[in-house]
Amino acid sequence: MSGFDRLAALVAKDLLVELRSREVAYSTLVFALLVLLIFNFAFELRVENLQALAPGVLWVTFIFAAVLALSRLFAAERDRGALEGLLLCPVDRGTIYLAKLISAVVLMLAVEAVAVPVFIALFGFNLPLVPLGLVAFLGSLGFASVGTLFSALAAHTRTREGLLPLLLFPISVPVIIATVKATGGVVAGDPWDLTLPWLQLLAGFDVLFIGLSYLVFELAVEE
Amino acid sequence: MGWMRRFEWLDLLGILTGLSLIAGLYFALVYAPTERLQGPVQRIFYFHVPSAWVSYLAFFVVFVASILYLWRRSVFWDRLGRASAEVGLVFTTLTIVTGSIWARPIWGTWWTWDARLTTTLILWFIYLAYLAVRSYVADPNRAARFAAILGIIGFIDVPVIHMSVVWWRTLHPEPVVVRAEGPALEPPMLVALLVGLAAMTLFYVYLLVHRVMVEETRDDLQLIRQRLAE
Amino acid sequence: MKAAIRVDGLEKHYGLTAALRGIGFEVGPGQVCVLLGPNGSGKTTLLKILATLVRPDRGVVEVGGYDVRRQGRLVRNIIGVVGHQTYLYEELTVAENLRFYARMYRVPDRRTREVAGLLGLEDRLDDRVRALSRGFQQRAALARALLHDPPVLLLDEPTTGLDADGRRRFAEIVADLRTRGRTVLFSSHAFELERDWADRALVLSAGRLVFDGPAADLDADVLAGLLAGKGADRVRV
Repeated sequence: MSGFDRLAALVAKDLLVELRSREVAYSTLVFALLVLLIFNFAFELRVENLQALAPGVLWVTFIFAAVLALSRLFAAERDRGALEGLLLCPVDRGTIYLAKLISAVVLMLAVEAVAVPVFIALFGFNLPLVPLGLVAFLGSLGFASVGTLFSALAAHTRTREGLLPLLLFPISVPVIIATVKATGGVVAGDPWDLTLPWLQLLAGFDVLFIGLSYLVFELAVEE
Repeated sequence: MGWMRRFEWLDLLGILTGLSLIAGLYFALVYAPTERLQGPVQRIFYFHVPSAWVSYLAFFVVFVASILYLWRRSVFWDRLGRASAEVGLVFTTLTIVTGSIWARPIWGTWWTWDARLTTTLILWFIYLAYLAVRSYVADPNRAARFAAILGIIGFIDVPVIHMSVVWWRTLHPEPVVVRAEGPALEPPMLVALLVGLAAMTLFYVYLLVHRVMVEETRDDLQLIRQRLAE
Repeated sequence: MKAAIRVDGLEKHYGLTAALRGIGFEVGPGQVCVLLGPNGSGKTTLLKILATLVRPDRGVVEVGGYDVRRQGRLVRNIIGVVGHQTYLYEELTVAENLRFYARMYRVPDRRTREVAGLLGLEDRLDDRVRALSRGFQQRAALARALLHDPPVLLLDEPTTGLDADGRRRFAEIVADLRTRGRTVLFSSHAFELERDWADRALVLSAGRLVFDGPAADLDADVLAGLLAGKGADRVRV
């Protein structure tokens, strides 16, 4: 595909900028850990009820952290007018979207990869890592798909990041439902054929949301 | 000239709307028989279902207006979308409130997370998001474009949301919920419902038209102010 | 010869305000044209429309023969743009910024060194943009615009923040671009100093084109007169 080199350049640039400043990664990670901490005080998380509560605890943590990360997704571009610089390049706007999506998912996965071991350690509850990783990937992808689009919208508003949760949460309900359900199945050690439908559903949502956002992204960033 | 003609149509619409609302009240409260199982409370059904119908109709109009705006870039479609969203939000609120009032004596609870209620609640939030995007974006062209994006994505998403909530519920059995309408509708009840539907739809159109006109007048006024200032 | 920039009947409104009205002009290849006018006259809007960043409401706008509305991607391939902001990522070094844009424009990495040399940035390549002075940031922004050696350059007040050495380099670059048949359209606030760099001048006032002719015909008095509304409505050569 001809646009792939530009996509790689965009992703590399985003990751490099993040690596240099580290501001988004650190604040998101610390926030995620704090949320886990608060859950500990909010619920009596003993092992018996932990199995039922773990998917919810994990995903509330991940989603709130994701909103934090997503809201800063276009910060570098917005603050220095670099978005205009990108729009001047002979690159498809959809490619810009995909690059931002990849950066968002990488960031989310990085935070999740740290938060999960912390969860296991804090609550003494073991989680099946590989299946969980798969669910986390598909769920993060779905959430970030519309999140990236809405982040671009919210970047233009007066309240900046404040608008993002308002847009994102209602629209991403299907992804949230499917992700938490699948996580529940994985955590409870359900037989695979119970969890698989949710994963297929989740994958379907991912495709739908990525497709829609990709098509519409141009309208969100131009002029 | 055209203005005068439009004025007459509006008058007609207003009278028709008023009459149909009165008729709707009559049919709902007097004409329809009292339902055996649920008693008089069931009459809220004749307000609740039409409100729900209009909430979804209004969002469909938002969807169509959004597409047409992005295609034609005519400010009329933008005004229509916003007007329909505002009116739709009101009707959605009405749906949720009447639903709750109905649910309390029947199910003993103000709320239940069944698919239709949940989807309607989320629709309420999507309406809110649509209007929020308008308010928070400074440039009116951009605001219209962003709102249109949300209108399209939101509308496509609503059946997806409904589907996912249905699956969420079926795979997690809850205490059986009484079918809201009770046994099959007898003909008089059906008539009352249809009258209610017609009345609410007319009311929606009436509010929509007026809201669009307010927006047009506001813009005209601003134009006049600007010309005077130059 | 086909015009490098062709504008006819261009109009742009922001809400109820008209930013540009009935603009029409042509710039041939190899011409250097200076765009003048007070703040708010529409210079930046015009440049942004030519750069495909803003959509025109009405009129024909072509750059290099390509329509900005329908062939935006092709236009972007052949233009180099300097705007009010530098388009640079402050956390990255000059070299990293240039290399990124080089990849976006699909030019080899060695162009980074070449443009850096033109702007006197050889020693600053590994400095973060954040650490550079305003003048050097502007030089880097200019370097970015030159990376892919575009046939058409659209520069919005390109000498802002430049010191004497920077301005000298810029003048040399413009002269070199002219000899190589490149087209340059740049807006200016320092009319006295920069008029001599250009062959032609376009003057905007309140969204209208009030002068279109040789830059040499324009002196301070004529300019002041035009901007005050006196003198010929359009002077075209």
